[in-house]
Amino acid sequence: MGLFAKYAPLAAQYRQLEEAGSNPFNVSFETVLSPTEAIIGGRATLLLGTNNYLGLTYDPAVIAKSVEAVELSGTGTTGSRIANGSYEGHRGLERALADFYGRRHGMVFSTGYQANLGILSALAGKDDHLILDADSHASIYDGARLGHAQVTRFRHNSPEDLANRLRRLKDVPGDKVIVVEGIYSMLGDTAPLKEFAAVKREYGAYLVVDEAHSLGVLGATGRGLAEEAGVEADVDFIVGTFSKSLGGVGGFCVADIEGFDILRVVSRPYMFTASLPPSVMAAALEALNQLRLRPALRHQLMSNARRLYNGLAALGFTVGPEPSPVVSTVMPDPETAFAFWSRLLSLGLYTNVSLPPATPKGLALLRSSVSAAHSTAQIDHAIGLFAEAGRELGLIPLSQAAARGDAYLAAAK
Amino acid sequence: MQDSGGDLQEIIFETLRGALKRPVELSERTHIVDDLGLDSVAVMDFVMELEDRLDVSVPLDRIAEIETLGDLVKALRELMARV
Repeated sequence: MGLFAKYAPLAAQYRQLEEAGSNPFNVSFETVLSPTEAIIGGRATLLLGTNNYLGLTYDPAVIAKSVEAVELSGTGTTGSRIANGSYEGHRGLERALADFYGRRHGMVFSTGYQANLGILSALAGKDDHLILDADSHASIYDGARLGHAQVTRFRHNSPEDLANRLRRLKDVPGDKVIVVEGIYSMLGDTAPLKEFAAVKREYGAYLVVDEAHSLGVLGATGRGLAEEAGVEADVDFIVGTFSKSLGGVGGFCVADIEGFDILRVVSRPYMFTASLPPSVMAAALEALNQLRLRPALRHQLMSNARRLYNGLAALGFTVGPEPSPVVSTVMPDPETAFAFWSRLLSLGLYTNVSLPPATPKGLALLRSSVSAAHSTAQIDHAIGLFAEAGRELGLIPLSQAAARGDAYLAAAK
Repeated sequence: MQDSGGDLQEIIFETLRGALKRPVELSERTHIVDDLGLDSVAVMDFVMELEDRLDVSVPLDRIAEIETLGDLVKALRELMARV
């Protein structure tokens, strides 16, 4: 136990959750039935925490392409692209992503996490500066640590604080690279991208936007927040993932910048790992096709998102600052979050628990995410279970009439 | 910035007292995590307050090296001297 003595306090908490028989960080799905249902603990459970935004995991066209690829090209690539070569699947997927975003270059990574590691560590060198939104995902922080740049963070969603940071660096040599996210995964809030773009232009910095939770969700054609905010020309690099709206696994980066391909021989998380298997790439490619062909999925998703968000707010829960496919309710403390999560699961509803330091402002969150695949009846059923468990635990008033229904977290600053 | 070391320390202590919202004995030897019970996120937020007040940015690798309030005073003094 000596080696792990440093984890003793955490280990005690973890053990407590295991002993209580409900550990949100160690859930087993015995059988997954569909994008919205699984068997957990022997009972049919409604899934409301999977990030499966477009519900494409069981799409027949996606499955068919994936099966075809595994039969044609085998189960794996057994190596990295620089050492063992690229398949047509890699190149084709990169071309499709570049085409979708209207950019010249695309690059795929084995996971979304690695896309951030690979891009951030390679873009900013020893004498450059990475400037991160304080509420950035762990993969952004880790990517910043993997590289050798100076890293500072600015207040979440504050163009003013970003400008302050860039002003302080004005006469300091080196390139400045700003990193923000489209939709933040904990509270579902979006970045003020128009304002960030203006600051970026003023100071001549580069801008990276991680659209992990906004690809297929925001924008007229589903390209994400940059499209929705009308500032795609100001965004130098878009990073994203295949594991949410596209229902697979893998990450990517697209850009227009001259000389982009040098990243393939300087980005260690790209170079020193096995590349994506054919079946996974074929699935991602077809899911991207479906995303482009079926805007109705996106509209259904946002309609479901608003229904859940408004429904939970009306019950008296404190929800995030704006409706989005990520719908989080604020819990008074981690213990209540665990109890509420556990009660919802016993009622047949699967959600997520998010705790500090992964959450902003030290908040304990009961996090949900909706899918285009949810029926209206499923969303209403989920709201009903939130009401039942919430009243049992004294988290909301006993009658809806008594709920103020206006408990939104102030737009984060 | 024309602060002498003492002024800088006073600003840091004052900001910290505001952030802690309870009376605490502070000295250069005060250990930020062990003595004040701040977690990593709270430390980052407290450092942000200081960055605003002093108009300086503290890189993350510098924050990681800081253990005591004395370390913090020293790091800020060095960063501000660079401007």
